[in-house]
Amino acid sequence: MTTQASSASQTSDERVLHVLEFPGGYTRSTGPVIGRFLTGLRSGRIYGVRTPDGKVLIPPTEYDPVTAAALGAADEDWVEVGPAGTVTSWTWVDEPRGDHPLDRPFAWALIRPDGADTALLHVVDSGSKAAMATGMRVHATWRAERTGSVKDIAAFAPGEGPAEVPVLAGEAELEPVSVVTLPHRLEYRLRGGTVWNHFIDGMAVGQIRGTRCAACGKVYVPPRGACPADGLPATEWVDLPDTGVLTTFAVNNVPAAGAPEVPFISGYVLLDGADIAMLVLVSDVPWQDVRIGMRVRAVWVPEAERTRSVKNLKWFAPSGEPDVPYERFEEYV
Amino acid sequence: MRDVAVVGFAQSEHSFSDLGWTEADLVMPVVNEVLETTGLKRSEIGFTCSGSNDYLVGTPFSFVAALDTIGAWPPIAESHVEQDAAWALYEAWVRIQHGDIDTALVYGFGKGTVGDHVGISSLGYDPYYLAPLVPGHVAMAGLQARALKDAGFDVDPDPTAPPATDGAAAVILAAGDVARRVRARPAWITGIDHRIEPHSVGARDLTRSDSARQAAERAGVGSGSGAVDFAELHTRFDHEEVLLRRELGLDEKTVVNASGGPRKADPIMATGLIRIGEAAARIHDGSAGRTVAHATAGPCLQHNLVCVLDSEGQD
Repeated sequence: MTTQASSASQTSDERVLHVLEFPGGYTRSTGPVIGRFLTGLRSGRIYGVRTPDGKVLIPPTEYDPVTAAALGAADEDWVEVGPAGTVTSWTWVDEPRGDHPLDRPFAWALIRPDGADTALLHVVDSGSKAAMATGMRVHATWRAERTGSVKDIAAFAPGEGPAEVPVLAGEAELEPVSVVTLPHRLEYRLRGGTVWNHFIDGMAVGQIRGTRCAACGKVYVPPRGACPADGLPATEWVDLPDTGVLTTFAVNNVPAAGAPEVPFISGYVLLDGADIAMLVLVSDVPWQDVRIGMRVRAVWVPEAERTRSVKNLKWFAPSGEPDVPYERFEEYV
Repeated sequence: MRDVAVVGFAQSEHSFSDLGWTEADLVMPVVNEVLETTGLKRSEIGFTCSGSNDYLVGTPFSFVAALDTIGAWPPIAESHVEQDAAWALYEAWVRIQHGDIDTALVYGFGKGTVGDHVGISSLGYDPYYLAPLVPGHVAMAGLQARALKDAGFDVDPDPTAPPATDGAAAVILAAGDVARRVRARPAWITGIDHRIEPHSVGARDLTRSDSARQAAERAGVGSGSGAVDFAELHTRFDHEEVLLRRELGLDEKTVVNASGGPRKADPIMATGLIRIGEAAARIHDGSAGRTVAHATAGPCLQHNLVCVLDSEGQD
């Protein structure tokens, strides 16, 4: 899992809101079978795919779940089903989420469209739980704007129909659906515990804090609760100077959230007295002049502007001291 | 097949609110405890395998941070499954069958208290037909509960989710003589199997679980010498016990989830491994001769693992 964008802000109860999101959503190719089904939905039609033993699967799959036979290669393997069908199971939702298909109480239901042998998961807009029953008849209602998504079906409504499909402007010119994007956004409420709180307290006053392993004596920064070499608690606190040596770096030509304008330099700095290099930004120096072994010092935001955040440490800049020979830090590269 | 036993099990004191625990905070105590109870050193572990899920805390590669607790330097033989650690245990069991190592450490951890479970579980569903609708795990369970109710089972058709939980668990597996050396009464794995069904819940008969039945048959639940005294089932929803009892062939005499089960604590990604640990602990302490553990993954019991544990080895 990778985060394209993530933001954090303090909430009133000391927990931090952490948002994990891909603003545009994951982009996925559909392949021929799923693409054909979604293209059908865009036209306001529900298609199932026929298996060699004559079953009609909805939603269609690329392979028969029983025999693993490839499905959907021939036109005659595709069967229009529905638009009415039968509820085979359901469950009620009193409080819809913002990302649910309906903004009022509804039922999730498994709906077997007429002519199909399996059921589609979708929503039934029945108005009340009392109106729901296994075996009830429902029909698809369609969105006016359809894009080739399972959400092109707005909902299923009780009864046989009519199944009116709003005309989609310019449909004749549209290419078959071959790609879908799924928005991706999750929220977390995190509490900084254990070593993190003490580290961030240091950051608030411009002090970098590490932890030392009692067994092997190694100093880790940012601090960690366990020594990765021994697997034992590393809980002794060490105040580290904000000077060190650049052990390696990269020149970045792609903009990144939180980084200065491109090109910017990210690098590993081994702080004096630490046993692990810390990933930081390097700035206040032309990128052509950055070199491995360069002595650097932290640049902090002015005291008056400091918050309880790692953002207090803006970046590292050359300290002007002579370079450090490679042999002195090769163990840490 | 080599005789392999669960020789150690530890689980955290699970929390139902976020205490700010990091991956290392969750995992280290149980790893240290399980090593201590077996007397094995970190350097004596032949293989390490873990189970976790990055979406639970929204941290990419969160399992890497947990490696701090196992002493991964100098380099060790290690693997990870992005699912419940019961499947990490299965991988470790297979790894020991290769014959060149005798021990494996398995752990799983989950921080369930900080995230949005409906959103997280939905992102685990297929991205074309299910995830865009954001049904979530509770609604999926509701569809199965309703199907069982309609089929005449005495179940609540409106299931509730177990409490969000932070926690971890660790197990040590050992083969043959090593197992006998480190544990007076090893819990021998006499059968282990897992089977999976189509992801689409509308393509399945939700009143049955063919995968659970097949896994149970192949693991030998019904073919052993003695009765099953205790079963630990990965039942996050009450109605699942009714279904699993039938598919696993457990009768009324088998005590299910004496530990309290996932309904009491559900540290996702460790919950299934804990079932194996609890079932083994009943053999370790002499209160059972033969037990069964079950783990599940996917919507409506899609993927099921069954493990049979016995106080007597096969040799």
